[in-house]
Amino acid sequence: MKVINVNLSYNSDFVTQVEEESGQKLNNCYQCGKCTAGCPYTDEYDIAVSQIMRLTQTGQKDKVLNSKSLWLCASCESCTARCPNKIDVARIMDVLRHMARKEGYIGIHTIKTFWDSFLGSVKNNGRVFEVGLLANYISHTGRFWTDMGLGHKVLPKGKIHFTPSEMQGKKEVTKIFIRFKEESAKCRAREKSREISADSRSPQDEYVPELRLLSRVFKHRNLH
Amino acid sequence: MNTSLNYAYYPGCSSTGTSIEYDMSSRAVCAALDIQLNDVPDWSCCGSTPAHTVDHTLSSALSARNLDQVASMGLDSCITPCPSCLANLKTAKHRMEDAGFRDKVNNLLDKPANTQVGTKSVLQILVEDYGVENIKKKVVKPLTGRAVGAYYGCILNRPAELMQFDDREHPMAMDNIMEALGATVVAFPLKVECCGASFGIPRKDLVMRLSGKLLDTAKGIGAMALVTACPLCQMNLDMRQAQVNNANDSHHDMPIFYFTQLMGLALGLTEKELGIDKLCVSPRTVLDAMASEQSVKERAA
Repeated sequence: MKVINVNLSYNSDFVTQVEEESGQKLNNCYQCGKCTAGCPYTDEYDIAVSQIMRLTQTGQKDKVLNSKSLWLCASCESCTARCPNKIDVARIMDVLRHMARKEGYIGIHTIKTFWDSFLGSVKNNGRVFEVGLLANYISHTGRFWTDMGLGHKVLPKGKIHFTPSEMQGKKEVTKIFIRFKEESAKCRAREKSREISADSRSPQDEYVPELRLLSRVFKHRNLH
Repeated sequence: MNTSLNYAYYPGCSSTGTSIEYDMSSRAVCAALDIQLNDVPDWSCCGSTPAHTVDHTLSSALSARNLDQVASMGLDSCITPCPSCLANLKTAKHRMEDAGFRDKVNNLLDKPANTQVGTKSVLQILVEDYGVENIKKKVVKPLTGRAVGAYYGCILNRPAELMQFDDREHPMAMDNIMEALGATVVAFPLKVECCGASFGIPRKDLVMRLSGKLLDTAKGIGAMALVTACPLCQMNLDMRQAQVNNANDSHHDMPIFYFTQLMGLALGLTEKELGIDKLCVSPRTVLDAMASEQSVKERAA
């Protein structure tokens, strides 16, 4: 078993960001493992969801954001439904996925490409255009055989359309995506300038994460 | 019973394509029960799962545009057949109660988001607003003769604090409706287990395993058909059933109905208007068995 020295790799900014963006208290997790026991995808995960929770609590940013599990989570909400401490675990998985994407960790290429193709279709048409989505996915992954066998079953049912559904306000939807991209760029620029100012910290500041970790532990003990 | 049930109706993207029969049967059933549905004008996609996996602000902005369209109708609530649309529309309203989050969403929109419009599922209003007892009174062709299991999927009732409907582990809404329609309902133990969701294209193996488990279990408890309330669940279990059989060396031939389709049949609507012919796994044997059992009962009476 690999031993991690949490004091060396504890990233307090990561812990704070996950807590802020998810609205969840990571220290409420006491590692009962119920989320993992009910997770339908746990056999496929490289890190079980309860271990993702523990690694996130202990600020192991790189290990967490590198995990394939983040991309395999289907947001089925079993973990959230069963957590005895009412932690919205699925929301934490969602937030970790957002962070992984923003920072360029791409756990599973085909899943990211599928989601991107779906949203590209919404951006262009206002609604999902299933045939266009599939064509886009295939062109980005080269997986030509994907669902070819379903054609003869579905086509005669009149469920598949070869032109997108027409809606008047599709430009409004496109604008949402354009503004989202602009806002994300502004956000990245702000984060970059914060990183630059953080680099000019005095050496004593390096102890802050450990002190924060200790104060969290004490706070937690006092509460219980 | 409230005799003037009137809702804004958000069909969702799959209703125009792969789940067209869910839309057809939802509309037909509501019409038969004098529930008025008013289409949300020029509705757009809610973003579904892909949007919330990318960013919560983006997801809520895509939903907010639709909530605003509902508000423009002078209504403050809407219904949708699809659990994924339901979850996104409800989540957007809930998260936008936080002023900081709402500001971020508003940055993506033409005009400030409406925060008053609530959303319910078609299933929820049928059970809570119309009532199972009242549905029972409208049955003209009881669903006798074959055992059906109710499969809810994972997000129709979860997270419970947000969805505020039925039970997160053991929902009964569809079981109760099917029983009221005269069907023999078998207790389906995996009613909230995941079918593989939207991984059908990027990781088909996951759907083969998870949907395979659902079909094996349904067969094991003697269900002759399943009813669902989710387009993605229905698609994985019905359209992909032959793929599941190939992958798992199984021989399932189990019809997967939308619950509204069986409701419609019991209310005396035609197969055509309920889109029964749109199902990939033929329900002929099960429907014929129900019909013959029914005529035997009628003759006996």
